[in-house]
Amino acid sequence: MSAVRDVVVIGAGVSGACIARRLSAYELDVALVDKEPDVSFGTSKANSGIVHGGFHHPGTKLKTRLEIQGNLMFDRLKRELDFPFERCGIVVAALHDEEMRAIEQLHRQGVENGAVGIEMCSRERILELEPALGPEVVGGLHSPGGGIVEPYRFVFAVVESAMKNGVALETGFKAVKAENLGETWRVSAEDGRAIEARWVVNAAGLYADEVSALFGAEEFSIKPRKGEYYLLDRAAKAKPRKVVFPVPSAISKGMLVIPTVEGTVLVGPTADDIEDKTDFETTRERLERILVSARSLVPTVSESDVIASFSGLRPSAGDDFYIDLSEKAPRLVQVAGIQSPGLTASPAIGEYVKDLLKKGGLRLVEKASYDPFLEPKPRVRETDAFGIDRLVADDPAYGNIICRCERVSEAEIVNAIRAGHDTLDGIKYFTRAQMGRCQGGFCTYRIVKIIMRETGKGWDEVTKRGGASRLVEGEL
Amino acid sequence: MTTLKPDAVVVGGGAAGMAAALELEKAGCSCVIVEREEGLGGILMQCAHAGFGLVEFDEELTGPEFAERFAEKVLASRVTVLDGATALELRDEGDRKVLDCCSAKRGVVRIEARAVVLAMGCRERNRGNVRIPGSRPAGVYTAGLAQRLVNIEGVVPGRRVVVIGSGDIGLIMARRMSWIGAKVEAVVEILPYPSGLTRNIVQCLEDFGIPLYLGHQTTRIFGKDRVEGVEIAPLENGALDLSRARTIPCDTVLLSVGLVPENELSRGAGVELNPATNGPKVDSTLMTSVPGVFACGNVLHVHDLVDWVAEEARRAGAHAAAWLRGERPGPELRVKAGANVRYVAPVKVDLTRKNRVYFRSLAVLHGATLEARIDRRVLRTVRKGHAQPSEMLSIELGPEDFADLAEAGSDAVLEIALV
Repeated sequence: MSAVRDVVVIGAGVSGACIARRLSAYELDVALVDKEPDVSFGTSKANSGIVHGGFHHPGTKLKTRLEIQGNLMFDRLKRELDFPFERCGIVVAALHDEEMRAIEQLHRQGVENGAVGIEMCSRERILELEPALGPEVVGGLHSPGGGIVEPYRFVFAVVESAMKNGVALETGFKAVKAENLGETWRVSAEDGRAIEARWVVNAAGLYADEVSALFGAEEFSIKPRKGEYYLLDRAAKAKPRKVVFPVPSAISKGMLVIPTVEGTVLVGPTADDIEDKTDFETTRERLERILVSARSLVPTVSESDVIASFSGLRPSAGDDFYIDLSEKAPRLVQVAGIQSPGLTASPAIGEYVKDLLKKGGLRLVEKASYDPFLEPKPRVRETDAFGIDRLVADDPAYGNIICRCERVSEAEIVNAIRAGHDTLDGIKYFTRAQMGRCQGGFCTYRIVKIIMRETGKGWDEVTKRGGASRLVEGEL
Repeated sequence: MTTLKPDAVVVGGGAAGMAAALELEKAGCSCVIVEREEGLGGILMQCAHAGFGLVEFDEELTGPEFAERFAEKVLASRVTVLDGATALELRDEGDRKVLDCCSAKRGVVRIEARAVVLAMGCRERNRGNVRIPGSRPAGVYTAGLAQRLVNIEGVVPGRRVVVIGSGDIGLIMARRMSWIGAKVEAVVEILPYPSGLTRNIVQCLEDFGIPLYLGHQTTRIFGKDRVEGVEIAPLENGALDLSRARTIPCDTVLLSVGLVPENELSRGAGVELNPATNGPKVDSTLMTSVPGVFACGNVLHVHDLVDWVAEEARRAGAHAAAWLRGERPGPELRVKAGANVRYVAPVKVDLTRKNRVYFRSLAVLHGATLEARIDRRVLRTVRKGHAQPSEMLSIELGPEDFADLAEAGSDAVLEIALV
């Protein structure tokens, strides 16, 4: 580790990852740290996975400007980084005439914001665009520029690209102390590690308020707002072509029916303010509400297709993003309150924070060796029989299918582990193994054995997601 | 890519696949078994407990012993076994069925056969399927996964266990966990009666003093990193009585909440499924809606005993061989589930020969009588006495039962009912 870095980014969620990657294009020594054992393990792993259309919020908000800008950056990012993204479009469905007034307002707002291709739809038009909608629909809004993305795969790819261009990643690094050494900050972790850097970016998601306090910077508070989801089987009857939104309420965009890029269907989220930032429990009442709400939009949503439920926490700091140079702590950039549309905005947040750092005095010199491209990784599920045969000829492990439901080979799991994803959840998000209809019933022990072989860990050292989440007690 | 062109391909090398393949071979058909695991035997290999083979071999065997008896015969036969090979896709190209499978050893192997026997078995329902809310800590396993961990991998999943659901694997795992020194705090069953066989309730719970909570729903699993406990509440007249909810501390949750035939491959080939079983709809020869594609064992409907799997699979193999010889069933009559019956398999009987129809009761019944009837005309009654959903029932119907059916008409349906 070099003595003094130029920038340390705290938080390897989607914002921190995009910021680190953007900075990796310059002659800078950048570190990206996260308290979790892997990247994308916070808010970035449990959200709707939507690239929003730019019509939900007024253009006066920072988040709207970054949403519009970020949305337009995804096609190029996909070419560079090879992650699952599809511009499938978004519809907002009105279920009665009064809701059409809200639709009109969203449409006007979208047009003012510069949302590309947005249109008002009659009943006939919206049913043609989205035949899965129920008969009650009276019309709606169509945003062809909206899309879907696999959020963790996006973060993994962005981080991998940043690392390829020189960013140092430190996981399990829980920042507990920050000392101003005059020209630099010294950030210490709970386990004794420390990083010294001239600039610090606080992209700590749910914990951005606590990290800000470490630096004696602005006082604000991050309120977790829980969103619960149901995941439906890829063979589910309810499979819309586009992301289906209801007409939004005052506090949230409502509960959606989302065809995920990987072919499953997601319904949710709820929106409930809570106190505990570690409370990821789902509840019976709210899950039932999701089904009722989802069925009002897409009647074929069925509880018999449910394969998992989960929740994520939105890091809310008021009704806009808070991204700025700290006025109280020197050489600190605050990136807080990145709730929806944070995923959409994240590439633009990277750009915006780069500009803030420049404004603050960081010298940016383009790096000649910067390579924005990642080598695409073979995935057995996306490969035809002849292609699989060729893969196996090079590496027999591609022929050993470990996860039958999502068709993930041993080679892909080994690649994940060698890229640093060595918990069961990390492997799940990287490869999709355990994410299908059996939810790991058949493949968990096989994956654990591959982790043990690749890392030298024992049975009782392999975890679901780090910490005390061990899988078994040990050998008999 | 290698291509094989046998008469028949059998998908799955468990009890069903092996029994079907042996029958095909006996009839002189060339046959390939495609098996995902290394070696034959399927899920039997992790069933270290005894209780298999009482019907088939007239003795009590463990799962691996039962499997071994079939595997020895298969390995001594001319049946080709492709193990460690995952079936990727099955396509129906009329007279030719194409199955692609891949393995580390052989790459992709394309099998072009004239007949297919589906014998892929079933999978366990999971937490999401039964929608148990709460957090998502480590320590929540399906009973089958825990069985694998203990019996084959030799590891201890946890120390304080709650089993959700009273399916047979759950009951057997309650006993197994007790044997390895874990404390099984409870078995929680949402239905008012057990889902497993009576003998397992006695031998696995009662003999170990493990409490069984019938009519209780699990309302929450909690714990941050590892499971810390579950909350359960009784159901009163179908509604949850949360005032009587209780918390059971534990570090491990095992789920035994049902099995689902694994038919993704079948569906891809256009095989029509029966929503009552999640298995294919089959005719009197156990042939699916795709001509030349047969199904048997747990992929067809979930069985209670492996002995019935072997019996059914032998018939599927023999019918597949007959089909390859050009034989076709005689006139068939549709069969459906009547009063108190959850499903029937197959859904057609051949009027010209003996048929065995498997079915399950929808409820716990005392003094039940089985009735096979067409409209109001009762063809046969059989006194069954006690019937419960966890135990499979069967009836044999032959030409003598179908005598003078001429006036019944072509749209007649045979109904199997428990009254």
